[in-house]
Amino acid sequence: MSSHAIETIVNGQSISAQVEARHTLADFLRGTAGCTGVHVGCEHGVCGACTVIVDGVAVRSCLMLAVQADGATVATAESLAAPDGTLHRVQQAMKDEYGLQCGFCTPGVVMTLAAITQGRSPDAEEIKDALSGHLCRCTGYQGMLKVAKRLGGEVQA
Amino acid sequence: MKAAPFDYVVADSVEGAVEALADHAGDAALLAGGQTLVPLLALRMAMPGVLIDINRIDGLAGIARSGGATRIGATTRQNTILHDPLVARHVPALARATGFVGHHQTRNRGTIGGSLGLAEPAAEYPATALALGARIEARSPSATREIAIEDYFLGPYTTALDMDEMITAAIFPDWPEDTIHIVHEVARRPGDFALVGLVAAFAVEGGVFTRAGIGWFGMGPTPMKSARAEAALIGQPAATVDLAGIARLAIEDTDPMSDIHADAAYRRTVGARIFERIVGDAIGQRKAA
Ligand code: FES
Ligand code: FES
Repeated sequence: MSSHAIETIVNGQSISAQVEARHTLADFLRGTAGCTGVHVGCEHGVCGACTVIVDGVAVRSCLMLAVQADGATVATAESLAAPDGTLHRVQQAMKDEYGLQCGFCTPGVVMTLAAITQGRSPDAEEIKDALSGHLCRCTGYQGMLKVAKRLGGEVQA
Repeated sequence: MKAAPFDYVVADSVEGAVEALADHAGDAALLAGGQTLVPLLALRMAMPGVLIDINRIDGLAGIARSGGATRIGATTRQNTILHDPLVARHVPALARATGFVGHHQTRNRGTIGGSLGLAEPAAEYPATALALGARIEARSPSATREIAIEDYFLGPYTTALDMDEMITAAIFPDWPEDTIHIVHEVARRPGDFALVGLVAAFAVEGGVFTRAGIGWFGMGPTPMKSARAEAALIGQPAATVDLAGIARLAIEDTDPMSDIHADAAYRRTVGARIFERIVGDAIGQRKAA
């Protein structure tokens, strides 16, 4: 079993660490980087709770090895709100439209929405398609679809 | 679950990757997008001793035109294929099939080479390659070769690739400009593997079928090709073709399984119905246009 030195930027901070080859990015983010906003539901790519942004795109962090993130820039839900607590527009929309209930799936959902609405404005259908990559056992998705409608067409620099 | 321990090496060239494959004969797995392999590791259904990461090989990803074909590098991500203008123009069935592959988040990592290398019988890409007559470009330490798609799928998750051989690209030959392209699948939820999936291409000239490619997924131990139905279509007038008869013939060349999701008879019935309806609609639209 090999072990590897990696260097990643997580939420703007550079982290150097030694990781075991079989360590997933999700476990690295939770255990080493302390980002417990990365929720781990299934650990094999089905639920979407562990979604984070790697080099600008939404990915499932349980399906990437930590060692593969060497040199990458990673953002988790912890990076979204401003230091003064002002919510990111995706978080605000989720709150206003009742897009969450227990909150387990929510960090993954907001990272997908943040990724696909960054610098462009996908239409509501495209947002809905991206949301199909998340399992939510609580909400029935109706609130999230309202979020999709609200974010669709909202251009963000 | 957590994966069993393994070693990990980064290949920085195709030569390096296939040499590592040869060195660890039978105990190594190539890591491309990892969207199927990493779950298999987590479930301990796969326990390779060594993972050879090919994501950092320069030039292995990319889409280019060459000699009347579109060449797609092995590590090209599915979401790149989904939005690529060359693919949209020259291989529209592949673009459409990509929309059914996994989810947005897995398409950001998943690759075409990974999917073709795994050869999941219910996946979209293998059937698309089969329907369109693609070629698999592969490299081993001693040789580079192209494998005709008809010779490539040997069984469930089993391909003609040798133990020390890796896919470097999939090559999709051009079909005539106004070919009718069809991709349709029936699945319980978006992103699930298909219960029944169809990829087809039909070239029509002067109102007569001149070329046909029909591939199925979820309809047998490998992606399946309806060679007899393809042959039967040639020379038939598109306006009056007996589609119900062609659909029956097409289904005869499939070999679906019964499992917890659907039984074989159901898959055959649905396959024939969608063939007749979707192909009929596509031909009707072409006539109307
Ligand atoms: S924990 Fe990663 S997809 Fe479920
Ligand atoms: S809010 Fe509970 S799982 Fe989505």
